[in-house]
Amino acid sequence: MYENILVEIHGAVGLVRLNRPKQLNALNSATLRELATAIVAFEQDAAIGAIVITGNERAFAAGADIAEFQQTSLAELMKGLRADQYEVLRKVRKPLVAAVSGFAYGGGCELAMLCDLIVASDTAKFAQPEINLGIIPGGGGTQRLTRQVGKYLAMEVILAGRVLSAWEALQHGLVNRVVPVELYLEEALELAQTLAERAPLAARLAKDAVLRAQDMSLEHGLGLERSNFLVAFGSEDKQEGTTAFLEKRKPQWKGR
Amino acid sequence: MEVLLREQNNGVLTLTLNRPEAINALTTEMLRELSKALKEAAAPEVRVVVLRGAGRGFCSGQDLREFEGQRISYKNHLRNYRSVVEGLAGLEKPVIAAIHGAAAGAGLSLALACDLRIASTDAVLTTGFSRIGLIPDAGMNYHLPRMVGYAKAFELEVLSERLKAEEALALGLVNRVVPAESFAEEVARLAGELALGPTKTYGLIKRALRRSAGASLEEMLEYEALLQEVAGRTEDHQEGVLAFYEKRPPRFQGR
Repeated sequence: MYENILVEIHGAVGLVRLNRPKQLNALNSATLRELATAIVAFEQDAAIGAIVITGNERAFAAGADIAEFQQTSLAELMKGLRADQYEVLRKVRKPLVAAVSGFAYGGGCELAMLCDLIVASDTAKFAQPEINLGIIPGGGGTQRLTRQVGKYLAMEVILAGRVLSAWEALQHGLVNRVVPVELYLEEALELAQTLAERAPLAARLAKDAVLRAQDMSLEHGLGLERSNFLVAFGSEDKQEGTTAFLEKRKPQWKGR
Repeated sequence: MEVLLREQNNGVLTLTLNRPEAINALTTEMLRELSKALKEAAAPEVRVVVLRGAGRGFCSGQDLREFEGQRISYKNHLRNYRSVVEGLAGLEKPVIAAIHGAAAGAGLSLALACDLRIASTDAVLTTGFSRIGLIPDAGMNYHLPRMVGYAKAFELEVLSERLKAEEALALGLVNRVVPAESFAEEVARLAGELALGPTKTYGLIKRALRRSAGASLEEMLEYEALLQEVAGRTEDHQEGVLAFYEKRPPRFQGR
């Protein structure tokens, strides 16, 4: 059904593997389209509580497909299909975990940053080298990297082409964890499984509040949090969660 | 003439700096060859690397004649060294520096970037650089204070005295000293022993120790647990445990 990705289910976790190893998982339009389709399918699957996106040990994704870019006209790009796929991924409500090993360059780095958590292998490398092609990041790189690591380092990565090692990325808050390359996918799946076991409605409300914190004044952010909190407070899961806690047993979430 | 000799024998890759007429003074070509060889050494048939010098000594450091009469950018030239030092540090198997005769300047820096140093009784180690008005490079300012502490590192880098093998041993700069007459055999024996070891695990130990230089205890405990998880899944670990119960020496495959 898919040509450029592999899709697997591990417990309550949906896994998408980018699978164009010869092209170091370069994100051409077809791959992005399949990725978005697969993730929307997981989003709609009630048995899935969290989603992991990965590549392979050598490359998470080494950017956009340069050959395809070279052949693409401005008019074609302006139809916005590529941007639409990113929007689809951005609107996913379930937690997205990137399991990154090797190259996360350009669109690959942007795809990782679009996720909610990043588990990096100790061989992971992050970069935004678009400027070498006479373009700039177009999948959120200038915005998300800057929010994450600050203006000065972002300028160096985006203008000068500096590559961040996994440990540098950790130091600058770009990834959650650095783990041995032999275990990065396993660790990401384990983390995703933990997220998948949380109360789904609360997880969704929490993700929404955290993501929007970056766009809002504290005043508005606190207001949004309050609204989300009230929604969570009115849920059956809140009743179940507090009762289970007092009864010292594991809660059974209903997702409402 | 090849400036770097490669010899692969029973899991031991021996890299010989081969400009004996200049006590193996390092040239750009040698550094590039060395960097390439270290990348190739990642192949599974290599289980230990020995770095040595041909002729009278280990290595006299950067060949100053390479730049005679030119104004060169040291910053740019040091990229060649960086790639060698990162190659030594990043190669996930033991690298032995076999030091006989002189190990000076950048030659000493490379020896310090290896995992083990075995010295012949005739070895003489010196930092050298400050005698020509330069600071030590090729990673010496990283490795040396981690081996001997700041105070001794400062003394060695500033005064640049010549250390005999026994003095270097007392400082912890070399792991062992063996008589010049049996040096080659002792190096081969140590390399041969390591080549029969659990190579994957040795690589994980190296990764852990390298990481420890920049990590807190908490970070190290977490990273270590994950690396142990990896080691625990190696065939060599299974074999090691089995051999222990069967009271026989283990036969490690390096994976």
